[in-house]
Amino acid sequence: MQGIKDRVAIVGMGCTKFGERWDASADDLLVEAAYEAFEDAGIGPDDIQAAWLGTTSSGNTGMLLSEPLRLGYIPITRVENACATASEAFRNASYAVAAGIYDIVLAIGVEKLKDSGISGLGGGQASPSHQLSAESTAPGSFALLATTYFARYGLSFEEGKHMIGRVSWKSHRNGALNPKAHFRKEVPMETILNAPMIAWPLGLFDCCGVSDGSAAAIITTPEIAKRMRKDPVHVKALQLCVPPRDGNVTTKYDYSHFPASVRAAQAAYKEAGVTNPREEISMAEVHDCFSITEAVTMEDLGFSPRGKVKDDIESGFFDLDGGLPVQVDGGLKCFGHPIGASGIRMIYEMYKQFQGKAGARQLKAPKLGLTHNLGGLPSGCVLFAGIFGLPEA
Amino acid sequence: MAGILSYGAYIPYYRLPRSVIGKAWGQPGARGEKAVANYDEDPVTMSVAAGMDCLKGIDPKTVDALFMATTSAPYKERQNSTIVAAALDLRRQTRHADYANCLRAGTIAMLSAVDAIEAGSAKSVMVTAADMRLGGASGANEQAFGDGGAALLLGKGKVIAEIEASYTLSDDFADNWRAHDDIFVRTWEERFGLDEGYRKIPAEAAAEVMKKCNLAPKDFAKACFYGPYARRHGELGKVMGFEPAQIQESLLDTVGNTGAALPLMVLVGALEEAKPGDRILLVSWGSGADALVLRVTEEIEKIRDRRGIKRHLEMKRTLDNYEKYLRWRGLVPLEAAARPEKVPPSMPSLWREHAWAMPLYGVKCKKCGTPQLFLSAESSRPRICVECHARDEFEPYKFADKLGTVTTFSHDYLALSSDPPNTVTVVDFEGGGRGSFEMADRDPDECKVGMSVEMTFRKIFFTKGIHNYYWKCKPVRE
Repeated sequence: MQGIKDRVAIVGMGCTKFGERWDASADDLLVEAAYEAFEDAGIGPDDIQAAWLGTTSSGNTGMLLSEPLRLGYIPITRVENACATASEAFRNASYAVAAGIYDIVLAIGVEKLKDSGISGLGGGQASPSHQLSAESTAPGSFALLATTYFARYGLSFEEGKHMIGRVSWKSHRNGALNPKAHFRKEVPMETILNAPMIAWPLGLFDCCGVSDGSAAAIITTPEIAKRMRKDPVHVKALQLCVPPRDGNVTTKYDYSHFPASVRAAQAAYKEAGVTNPREEISMAEVHDCFSITEAVTMEDLGFSPRGKVKDDIESGFFDLDGGLPVQVDGGLKCFGHPIGASGIRMIYEMYKQFQGKAGARQLKAPKLGLTHNLGGLPSGCVLFAGIFGLPEA
Repeated sequence: MAGILSYGAYIPYYRLPRSVIGKAWGQPGARGEKAVANYDEDPVTMSVAAGMDCLKGIDPKTVDALFMATTSAPYKERQNSTIVAAALDLRRQTRHADYANCLRAGTIAMLSAVDAIEAGSAKSVMVTAADMRLGGASGANEQAFGDGGAALLLGKGKVIAEIEASYTLSDDFADNWRAHDDIFVRTWEERFGLDEGYRKIPAEAAAEVMKKCNLAPKDFAKACFYGPYARRHGELGKVMGFEPAQIQESLLDTVGNTGAALPLMVLVGALEEAKPGDRILLVSWGSGADALVLRVTEEIEKIRDRRGIKRHLEMKRTLDNYEKYLRWRGLVPLEAAARPEKVPPSMPSLWREHAWAMPLYGVKCKKCGTPQLFLSAESSRPRICVECHARDEFEPYKFADKLGTVTTFSHDYLALSSDPPNTVTVVDFEGGGRGSFEMADRDPDECKVGMSVEMTFRKIFFTKGIHNYYWKCKPVRE
């Protein structure tokens, strides 16, 4: 097994302004993200040899991309893997380049959620079935983690709420610095802690927003990348872990971590040659669909010891000026979560940071960055972990 | 001689004081309170609950038939009793019938069961009676009607009470009725219904059955009979010749008039306190009257562990909120939730799963012994063991009668629910296995990791004419 490390490079990226884009259709979002990526890479649509399009509910087939962009008769694969859809499009596109099939490909994700007229995620049209499962929503399902985490590690309701509230507080500070974020406002802890309950114990600010958006990446070989620009970003690891969705069947699952996160992260560290993630990873964009998700993910990724993430959260270790900044761009918390786009949006922040173009959020000389993108519910979710860095890293 | 082998009952957890209803309409509230079925309950689910109580310690596979009595069946076409029988895990070879449309349906079902047993076509027959009739908002019926159910297992052999005799009068005396499209029960002037009908016809049936057996009122430990409300109930007892001490508690001030279920619920109340040798008179009323004479046997001492009426009366929570009752009964048009519409279940999919899902069966792996309750979006039948990955090496394993512990929960304010917040739980069962369930009849503040829960058959939702039944958990309260 050779792995993906340094076998593909990113030479162009685009990301729309995320938010309630009443002005934009999925077509508009795709064009906006793709053309920013083309211009960044210094190429045109005709240079794209193949594309991978991620979306969960905004349309079907590769023609959702080829039609608005008028891409001519190239292979386009439509990809879906729940909330990890964009990462999955990126992963498959990377493998095609690494396999030597294509030189330059496009990975792009899009979701248009705000035309549905409902709050939260709709979940799309269910296929005809028995419909016997308990009524559930995303916040209700992820709140299960918080209940168990608090109980398991002996946190009082107040301690637990403060811990997860601090996660959102930090992300809002970062998001305020990002012109592409949906929410660009710092939020005081008091407001976070006293917000209305959405799914006990998760309040409004423990939940990420619901947004429209698109993000795109141009992927090529390291050799071609070097000729195209002076600052390409290398892929160091791409791992996907798909569990058998057994968390609500086997009593072995503790509902206070994501087993698939642990496995995907370990595999990614191995692929990238990382042995001490807390020290070696310079920054991370993780799947903070809910504040508690980010909190337990810090443990799953090996950033914090099991049951101890509270100390790191409260001490500011994951803040922009902390030891391991997380959600540097504001995260899902401030970008919202256009499902098919989020994974590439995470990579976009890595890419800009490595190129020194992250504006007010710019970190000092980051070496390796990690993205973590999960799709599903605590009882079972597909898990993507990717590591990115400069060629020499 | 045919008789009663076992009994059970069910009274919903919520009680609405009549003063709360009165206050809402600027009227004096009648005395007492009424039991109110939750939004996810109906005569089918209440029959299952009473049936589970009745079958405690009895193998449901030994039951030969199930007769369900109600005037408020959720389905007008589709046999309601077959849904009850499936949830109670009766054999497919059992006979079911809905006894409907009559306040006397409970005793008619009992008498049919006795006939089947005496004729030898069935060894044991379960009779369930449950009702949740609707009175028009602000009317007298709204205050009077309550919800509840009872179940009796009838058969021969070790009966707890023999059915010695019966007498039936049929009479198309109509003081209450509900036509096909009516939502609410219609009632003629009370003086006609009660003075000319209720005071006379049941008393006539009672007198005739006593005459038939050479018995007088003094020979009875208890008289159990239907009543519209407490004062009128007492009057009939007197007309029939009983002293107040002989009249079994009517439940009208604590549960309300539970329609077709009431005579059987009152009977269960009497059986709970009966001593061997006691004679009990049971009288129903509705399009005539049935009167039955029962004699309690020594066997009664063996089934004192039912929740029955007494324990269910103790397990309660007061609804101080009339609007919640209106919402649960669908009596107020509500703002549509900003959530996706519920997709109706697929009938082929439900049919594929129903033998497993309705009695809440999971499997136990024959290779590694792991109990597992499987419910994917597509199926309730696992193919590969979650632990040892053996393929199709399972034996059926029932979860409906297992207690569980809440591993985690959330109160979801975003989810669609008629009793928000929607409490979702993950339950680990005693003996192994885990499942995700909504929690019914809970006070959000009482929910804790580690709390003990039991399974309850409920309606998950209703859409496009389909009542989608499955199981929820609820706190263990005894």
